[in-house]
Amino acid sequence: MSLRFGLVGAVAIATAWVSPAQCDTIKVGIIGTMSGPYALFGQNFKYGIDAWVAKHGSKVGDHQIEFVYRDEESPNPAKSKSLAQELIVKEKVQYIAGLYFTPDALAVAPLLEEAKVPMIVMNAATSAIVEKSPYIVRTSFTMWQNTVPAAKVAKARAAKKVAIAVSDYGPGIDAEAAFKKTFEADGGTIVQSVRMPLNTTDFGPIMQRIKDSGADMIFTFLPAGPPTLGFVKAYIDNGLKASGVKLLSTGDVVTEPDLPNIGDSGEGILSTYHYAVSHDSPENKTFLADLIKAGAKPDDITMASVAAYDGARLIYKMVEATNGQKDPDKALAAVKGMKWVSPRGPVSIDPDTRHIRQNVYLREVVKQDGKFLNKELQTFDAQPDWGLAKN
Amino acid sequence: MAWTGLSIGLDALSYGMVLFIISIGLSIMMGLMRVVNLAHGAFAMIGGYLASFALKSAGVGYPLAIVLAVLGTIAIAFPLEFLLYRRIYRKSDELTQILLTIGIAFVIIGVANYILGPTTKSIPLPPLLSGPVDLGFRMIPAHRIFVMICGVCTAGLLWLLIDRTEFGIRLRAAVDNGDMAESLGIKTQILFSATFALAVGLAAFGGVVGAELLPVEPFYALRYMVTFLVVVSVGGAGSIPGAVAASILLGLADTTGKYLAPEYGEFFFYLAVILVVFLFPNGLLGRRH
Repeated sequence: MSLRFGLVGAVAIATAWVSPAQCDTIKVGIIGTMSGPYALFGQNFKYGIDAWVAKHGSKVGDHQIEFVYRDEESPNPAKSKSLAQELIVKEKVQYIAGLYFTPDALAVAPLLEEAKVPMIVMNAATSAIVEKSPYIVRTSFTMWQNTVPAAKVAKARAAKKVAIAVSDYGPGIDAEAAFKKTFEADGGTIVQSVRMPLNTTDFGPIMQRIKDSGADMIFTFLPAGPPTLGFVKAYIDNGLKASGVKLLSTGDVVTEPDLPNIGDSGEGILSTYHYAVSHDSPENKTFLADLIKAGAKPDDITMASVAAYDGARLIYKMVEATNGQKDPDKALAAVKGMKWVSPRGPVSIDPDTRHIRQNVYLREVVKQDGKFLNKELQTFDAQPDWGLAKN
Repeated sequence: MAWTGLSIGLDALSYGMVLFIISIGLSIMMGLMRVVNLAHGAFAMIGGYLASFALKSAGVGYPLAIVLAVLGTIAIAFPLEFLLYRRIYRKSDELTQILLTIGIAFVIIGVANYILGPTTKSIPLPPLLSGPVDLGFRMIPAHRIFVMICGVCTAGLLWLLIDRTEFGIRLRAAVDNGDMAESLGIKTQILFSATFALAVGLAAFGGVVGAELLPVEPFYALRYMVTFLVVVSVGGAGSIPGAVAASILLGLADTTGKYLAPEYGEFFFYLAVILVVFLFPNGLLGRRH
C-alpha cells in the first residue's frame, strides 16, 4: 500500500516539476432544479452535461473543466441570486449556466457584468432575458420562437376560431401575445382567451367555457409539470376531442415523460417545439446513446438535456477561445455566430440577440411499437426568437 | 343559458363531492374528538400513493385498490394513533394539537418525497370510468359521475352509522359527556380509536377517488389542507349535513368563478368563505361549543 502511494506521489511531483502550473481547473457553476417538483429537468441538465463530458473529455487544452451544481428548487429569485453570488465569490467560477425558471435567470443577470462571468441559459424561456446583460447566451428556446410556428399551423389547418388558454405568468403571457399577433395577422379570429392561475388543478369548467365559445381549435401553454396532464385529460374527458375541437400546444404540454400517463386518448395532439426525443438524425441517435451511458433513463429524457449538451459545447468553445483566462468579451465573441449540428437539428447563435436560432418542428402524438412519441410532421427552418426580432 | 347553469352545477357538484369525502373525516375528528388534525391531508395523500402503487406495480383492479388503500392507510396511521393522537383527544390545548399534527404532516411529506420522488403519481382509471359520457346537452367525464355517487353514498352511510346504529349512539354519548359515558360502561378509548380509523379511512378514500381533481404528489398534504379546513369551518365541525352543504356551496363558488372569470383564481372561493363565516360564525350547521 505505502509503496503504491509513494509511487503515485513521486509521479505527481515529477509531473508537476516537469510542467509547472499548466494544469489549472476552470469551474462552471450550474444552477438547476435538482430537487422538488421540477427535479426531472435539473437532472436533465446534468445528463446533458455528463454526456458531453463523457464524449469530449473533461479537459480543454490544458484546462481541467469542473462543473459545480447548485439547487434552484423552484421559481425563487432571491435564492438563485445568492447561489450565483456564492458560486462567483467562493467557488470562483468562470461561467454560470443552467437556470430553469425565468425569474431566477433575471435575478442572476445583474451580477454578471461586474463579476465578468458569462451565463449560458439552458431553459428559462422569456424573450427579454438575453437583453438583461451582454454576457448572456441562451441554448434553449423562447415562447415566441415556438409559438409563432404554432399560429402558422393553426392557419394552415384551416382553424377559423381559436380559443387560447395559457398559464397566468410571464411565459404564458408571451405565448398568448405571440399566438394572437401571428394568427390575427393571418386573418384568424381569437374567440376566447383564458389565463389560468398556475395552481389550477380542475380544468373542467375552463373546458366547458371554451366549448361554449364555439372555438374549433384550442391553443394552450402550461409549464411542463403536473398540471399539463390534468389539462389534456379535461380536454378529452369533457368531450372536446370527440366533438372535433383540435388541440394545439407548445411541446411543454406533451413532454415525453408525460405521454404514457396521458395514454391512448392523447394520440393526435399537435404541438410545435424545438426538440423531440424521437428526432430522426444520426446526431440525435448518438446523443441519446450517450445520455443513457451517462445514467439517464430513456423515459426521463426531455428538452432540457439537449439545451445543456449544447450549452456545454459553448462553454468548451469559450474556454478554448480565452485559453482559460477570465475574458468574457472574448468568450462571447467566440460563440456569436457559431454554427453546428445539434441533436435537435442545425442551430446557430444569433450574433445580435445571443439566442439560439433553430428549427421548430410540428409534431403529433402517435403510438409506435407500443410507445408514445412526438412524431415530427413538418419543419420550420432556422427560427429566430420572434419576440426579440419584432423590435 | 339554462344548460350552461346546469353544466356548471354538475361540475360544481362533482368537485364539491371530492371536497366532502376528504373533509368529512376531518370534520368528524374536529367535531367529535376536538382534534384539529392538520395531518389529515397527509393521510389522504398516503391513500392516493397506495392506490397508485397497487394499480401500477401490483396490478390489482380498481375496486380492490381502493379497499387496499383505505386499509393500508389505516394500518399506517394506527401506530401514530396509539403513540401520539391518543394523548390529544378532547383534552389538550389547540397549540399542542397543531404542533403535533403539523409535525406529523411534515414528516409524511418528507418521507414521501424521499421514497417516491417529487413527481405526480397517477391513479389509472378502469375503462368503465375513463372517457366522456354523453348527457345530451354536454359531455361529462365518467369519473365525475362515479365521484358524485361515491359522495352521496358516503354521506348516507355516515348518517346511518352515526344517527341510527348502536356505535353511533355510544359515540354521541361519549362526545356529549365522556365521564358519564365511561361510568355507564362505554369504553370511550376504543370508540375514539375506531372513529380515528374511520376518519383516516375516509381521507384515504377521498384521496383515491379525488385524485383526478387533486393530483397526488408529496406536497398534497399541505397544498389542500387549507381547503379542507375551510370546508369544515364553513360547514360546522362534526355536522354531516353541514359538510355536504359547505362542500357543494364552495364547489359552486369555485367552479362558477372558474367558468365566468378564470383570471380571478380562487377569489370567489374565498369570498364565499368570508361571507358564510361572517353570517354563521359556527359554520352553516355547526353547534356552539
